[in-house]
Amino acid sequence: MSALMTPATKHDQPDKRPILLDVKNLEVCFHTPEGTVYAVNNISYQVREGEVLAVVGESGCGKSVSMMALLGLIPKPPGDIAGGQAFFMDRDLLPMSEEELASIRGGEIAMVFQDPMTSLNPVLSVRRQMTESLLRHYDMTGEQAEKRAIELMELVGIPDPERRLGDYPHQFSGGMRQRVMIAMMLACNPSLLIADEPTTALDVTIQAQIIELMVRMREHLGLALIWITHDLGVVAGLAERVIVMYAGMIVEEADVDNLFENPQHPYTLALLGALPRVDRRRDSRLKSIPGAPPNLLIAPRGCPFAPRCEYTFDRCREERPPLFSISAGQHSACWIDLATGKPRER
Amino acid sequence: MSRYIIRRLLQAIPLLLIVSIILFALTMNLGDPLATMGGRRATRPADRERLTRQLGLDQPMYKQYLYWLIGNDWERIDLDGDGEAETQGTRQGVLRGDFGNSMMKRGQTAWEVIWERVPNTLLLMIPAEIIIITFALLIGIYSALRQYSAADHVITALSFIGYSTPIFFFALISIYLFSVNFKRWGLPSLPAVGMFDPQVGKTTGQVALHMILPVLTISFVSIAAYSRYIRSTMLEVMNQDYIRTARAKGLHGRYVIFVHALRNASLPIVTLIGLDLALLLGGALVTERIFAWPGMGRLFLDHMQRMDVPVIMGILMLLSLSVIVFQIITDLTYAVLDPRIRYE
Amino acid sequence: MSAVDSISPPVTLSPSADELAPPLTFRQMAWRRFRRHRMAMFGSITLILLFIYAFGGGMIYTAERANFTDTSQRLSPPSPEHPFGTDTVGRDVLARTIQGGRVSLMIGLTAAILEIIIGVLIGAAAGFFGGVTDSLLMRFTEAMLIIPALFLLIVMARLVGGNVYFIILILGLTSWMYVARIVRAEFLSLKENEFVLAARSIGTPTREIIFRHILPNSMAPIVVAATLAVATAILAEAYISFLGMGVQPPTATWGNMLDGSYNYIESAPWLWIFPGLLILLTVLSINFVGDGLRDALDPRSRNI
Repeated sequence: MSALMTPATKHDQPDKRPILLDVKNLEVCFHTPEGTVYAVNNISYQVREGEVLAVVGESGCGKSVSMMALLGLIPKPPGDIAGGQAFFMDRDLLPMSEEELASIRGGEIAMVFQDPMTSLNPVLSVRRQMTESLLRHYDMTGEQAEKRAIELMELVGIPDPERRLGDYPHQFSGGMRQRVMIAMMLACNPSLLIADEPTTALDVTIQAQIIELMVRMREHLGLALIWITHDLGVVAGLAERVIVMYAGMIVEEADVDNLFENPQHPYTLALLGALPRVDRRRDSRLKSIPGAPPNLLIAPRGCPFAPRCEYTFDRCREERPPLFSISAGQHSACWIDLATGKPRER
Repeated sequence: MSRYIIRRLLQAIPLLLIVSIILFALTMNLGDPLATMGGRRATRPADRERLTRQLGLDQPMYKQYLYWLIGNDWERIDLDGDGEAETQGTRQGVLRGDFGNSMMKRGQTAWEVIWERVPNTLLLMIPAEIIIITFALLIGIYSALRQYSAADHVITALSFIGYSTPIFFFALISIYLFSVNFKRWGLPSLPAVGMFDPQVGKTTGQVALHMILPVLTISFVSIAAYSRYIRSTMLEVMNQDYIRTARAKGLHGRYVIFVHALRNASLPIVTLIGLDLALLLGGALVTERIFAWPGMGRLFLDHMQRMDVPVIMGILMLLSLSVIVFQIITDLTYAVLDPRIRYE
Repeated sequence: MSAVDSISPPVTLSPSADELAPPLTFRQMAWRRFRRHRMAMFGSITLILLFIYAFGGGMIYTAERANFTDTSQRLSPPSPEHPFGTDTVGRDVLARTIQGGRVSLMIGLTAAILEIIIGVLIGAAAGFFGGVTDSLLMRFTEAMLIIPALFLLIVMARLVGGNVYFIILILGLTSWMYVARIVRAEFLSLKENEFVLAARSIGTPTREIIFRHILPNSMAPIVVAATLAVATAILAEAYISFLGMGVQPPTATWGNMLDGSYNYIESAPWLWIFPGLLILLTVLSINFVGDGLRDALDPRSRNI
């Protein structure tokens, strides 16, 4: 267990923190000339205040799309929210107008994106990009906003912030840019921060620094964190709860300890099995998952993971499994109970 | 920054030299200038020979080019054909601004002949440029923001038609419509010939009236082409990650478009405008012909008919020079506007 | 705790698709994308019709008929006998647009081919060999680009006269630069690719590397440029013929049919409307097709 875990998340005590985000049956589709693709296929989850939730899955499993849909950042002509509700502090985000969403974005829910080089505007100064969200969400003067920006930059560990405020994104290194992004997004004290693979584009050493920064921010500001990643190592060190997604659906949901000690879904098992580990024999082969993620245009009838799964039987290919409740806080969308090897009934 | 300027200027010089060599090689074979100069009277063989030597046409090609470039007043030339160079040359060469004398308009230097007409061309091109930039921006940006809408599709189709239209066809249509048929339909018709009505005189009102159709013609095709480019640029910018970030910060839509998107789109757009300005002087060739506008384009055509090489070379070099100058200005402007280049 | 004990299964799509359809080849996907592009399909059909008009119609309305002058019939408006009217010396305008179409289209295509060949050779040499070769070739290309195109064409047209083949030659010689730049850019980027390194390491001769390896991979922008080159060549020929410096009458081209027609704007609009419309339609269709090709072959470079 990691020392980063806060006591409230130990799974033997019920979590009393109020629910911040409650997503129900979210469906997001894209209308392409070849057909309609359901990138997010009926997912439901909750995030409590101050909680760290990790969303894990391969590229294309719908994790980014599901989060961007909450903030209305999906391009609407090809994209469409096909169903579901997303209650943030008792208000449903999905039917909100652009103006209503705009006041929540950055203010109460913030999102940090993957590639800091392309995510920062190259022709605007950092000063401008830092102060503009402050000026938009608060009634401040330019000077006050600048002061706050400098404070934020110090907070995230950018050296010499007064001088660097006038610089442009290309004058920062990759890690520094991501810090700028984080500072920008935390400027208005959001209660929920969604981080979409914020360290994937960075060096491993910088990765560790950014993760450590995020943890510090979270403790400092008490915000809830949704961390999207495909890296299970990051999950282990940071998350309280984990959602595993595959082909637009949630296949497993658990507290982080349970996920690693007692995975219930074959996909999770496979992901864990594919991790290189220090304590394995050096010459043992890495287990990879055979096959490829399904083409979402032609969705299969049964479980989407069935073609690549080691444990299938007939029903897996015929019918999609619902999310079974394994224990308090752990759910798995699989027909087979991996502990006993026997199929489950509804 | 200043090193960049100097470097660009230094690069421009060999380019201009190459251009001048290419043009010289082409124009020096352009027919018989002596026939042009002689006019309708037959020239005596002796006069011909004298003219040949005077114009330096008996010299080898590289020497002709040299004289053209730096003149021959630093040397003596053989004018009377006795094999001995005795007369001081009088040409100063292009580098000192001497393009020679016009063969068509006796008594005037090529430069004078050209400069008489340049203002008339500018009179068409500058208003046209302003109109082009304004409308292309408006149409292009509107079209990009309303992508997939019916208006966008209509504008796209019209743009394609617009830039596929040869200018002379558009000119003819506009004359037919606004000049001929307006008169028929009892509407005030727009003039289609010349710069002013000789019976009324060269007043501002007259010139302005006569400018309308030619300026419209020049603008039409360019607006169609550039609005497509601007639309495409805006779309590309709007799809960038930093726009998504800006929206994720909760910034208002208008602000995102005008501050985040346009600032980035302005870079290629400024480049487009700069390069279009480079072609400013030469952009009215066909239009001036159709509307009988006394500009530089028409001058070129008239003097090509009569093979007036000094004037032709003068016009070509002037155009090439303006292209290079504007290219450099555009590059510099871009370097100033883009912080990635300004703060290296 | 989430109440997800038994969630209804997610949305089910194609109910009976158990197998994935086999993946389409690049060519098939490109064709599909092209077909979806409505303007490109319109352009293709129109072009086919235009070709039939010019070359098929040319078998009925031969060159003799097109050049047959009958001054008693001069400047007569469209009639059943002369559907497009007659010109200033009594020639049938319809026949002239057909024959003119043959000439204009042929010039456009041939000039475009010539310009592609020159452009590819120069661009490939500059991009592949780099260094001094690149510098020299690029200086030359830039110099040619600086001279305003129409002016250059006029000068060259004056030099070579009105023969159709020379016109094709000068059209090709004055517009290869755009293709050369595109090809050079492709070669510069592709020559760093690993497949080139691999070919080199097994001793493939340079010529093969250029023509068998790099060139086929850079076909997409070249094909698009080639298509648009035909449009610009047709326009260029129209411009210089209109100015009286291109193909000379009695041979008809769409461009030279418009020369001098502005003296008859009012009295004989059929003189310029028909050839003008044909030029517009041809260039427009080619531009549509070029746009569709760009969309089909290199969709990443497009925003629609």
